[in-house]
Amino acid sequence: MLANYGYKDGSGDYFIAIDTDKCNGCAKCVDACPQSVFEMGDDDSDPLREEPVARVSGEQRKKLKYACAPCKRYLTTLSGGKTEETMKEIEKLPCVVSCELRAINHSW
Amino acid sequence: MAEEKKEYWRWLESRWTNPNINWRQAKIITGGVDVGSVSTQAVIMADGDLYAFANMRTGSDSPNSARNAFNWALEGTGMAETDVKYTVGTGYGRVNVPMAKKAITEIACHARGANFMYGPTVRTVLDMGGQDCKAIRIDDKGKVESFLMNDKCAAGTGRGMEVFSDLLTISINDVGKMSMEVDVEPEPVSSTCVIFAKTEATGLLRQGWAKNKVLAAYCRAMAGRVNELLQRVGVVKDFAITGGIAKNIGVVSRLENLLGLKALTPRHDTQLAGAIGAALFAKGLLEKDLKK
Ligand code: SF4
Ligand code: SF4
Repeated sequence: MLANYGYKDGSGDYFIAIDTDKCNGCAKCVDACPQSVFEMGDDDSDPLREEPVARVSGEQRKKLKYACAPCKRYLTTLSGGKTEETMKEIEKLPCVVSCELRAINHSW
Repeated sequence: MAEEKKEYWRWLESRWTNPNINWRQAKIITGGVDVGSVSTQAVIMADGDLYAFANMRTGSDSPNSARNAFNWALEGTGMAETDVKYTVGTGYGRVNVPMAKKAITEIACHARGANFMYGPTVRTVLDMGGQDCKAIRIDDKGKVESFLMNDKCAAGTGRGMEVFSDLLTISINDVGKMSMEVDVEPEPVSSTCVIFAKTEATGLLRQGWAKNKVLAAYCRAMAGRVNELLQRVGVVKDFAITGGIAKNIGVVSRLENLLGLKALTPRHDTQLAGAIGAALFAKGLLEKDLKK
């Protein structure tokens, strides 16, 4: 299941997607993120699943644009969104790198 | 004598019993209670079929709201709380449902409930609740494939509509219908943020705009906003809307125009999706327990 956390406002789309089918609950993303964006918890889509999965914390969901700004220096030169250059930069984000199962993606 | 202030936002509370079911013959009776920020629903299901429900306004504390709705659903059925073998709580106040054995997030419950209410062909569910708005893609069993929740503000929610109905002194049950009574569709208000939109609407009224035109502009803005959310998860047929705003023809028909797609006609009160899903999960959990 693809869980999209975040929001859209006048300046753009700010979503982090976590693929809970891939996530094995290793919590490496929780340790890798300097802004405590991730937490481990129940799978919102599958209540009968016992193992915890990664989620975006309730507090950070509303301000991802600012939480992630220090990691996303590329936004000063690139426009964000789904261009090839931006996607290459997204691949280098600490959270994306930390997840060996490639369960994490960003929209900007 | 002071005249009582009319509460335009107040929607009708309701309860219902299914006359075709004799619960005493049912094998498994489960409950689902959805405590939202604006409304609370309790449903009782007999062998996975809807037996009774109550739909009320959420009071100032969640445990009491849950209890009131649950008791109202049982009223007149001859059923006691102990006859309901497993109850699941969901919604914003889900951890405060005293009779619930387990709490499950509203995303899973809405998906499951929509699958029950609209049938297995539903793939995209838009839930427009009291204080948030979710777009959910589901499979034919009602399992979530992807979801998106608008976490930023109350735009596109029942709360926003209540504020408008109060501002324009038009009953919440009529705002959708009235917004359709315009010859030319006005430009949408520029913001769906409740506070800004309210200021903007006041300005438009002062400029001499008729109330229905202001409503049209607001419903159009709300439809545009949720359409953007839906585009992110991707809209696949069949499409269904749950939650209180699903009853607002002004928003629904404008959204259908933007999508080029009709929403399915509901078989039940659209506010029940979460509670129905919770009661269905309760059935699954109870069956699992019994097997052990
Ligand atoms: S690093 Fe990847 S697999 Fe591990 S918990 Fe985070 S999302 Fe899940
Ligand atoms: S980009 Fe990733 S690691 Fe950096 S703050 Fe955002 S979520 Fe955390």
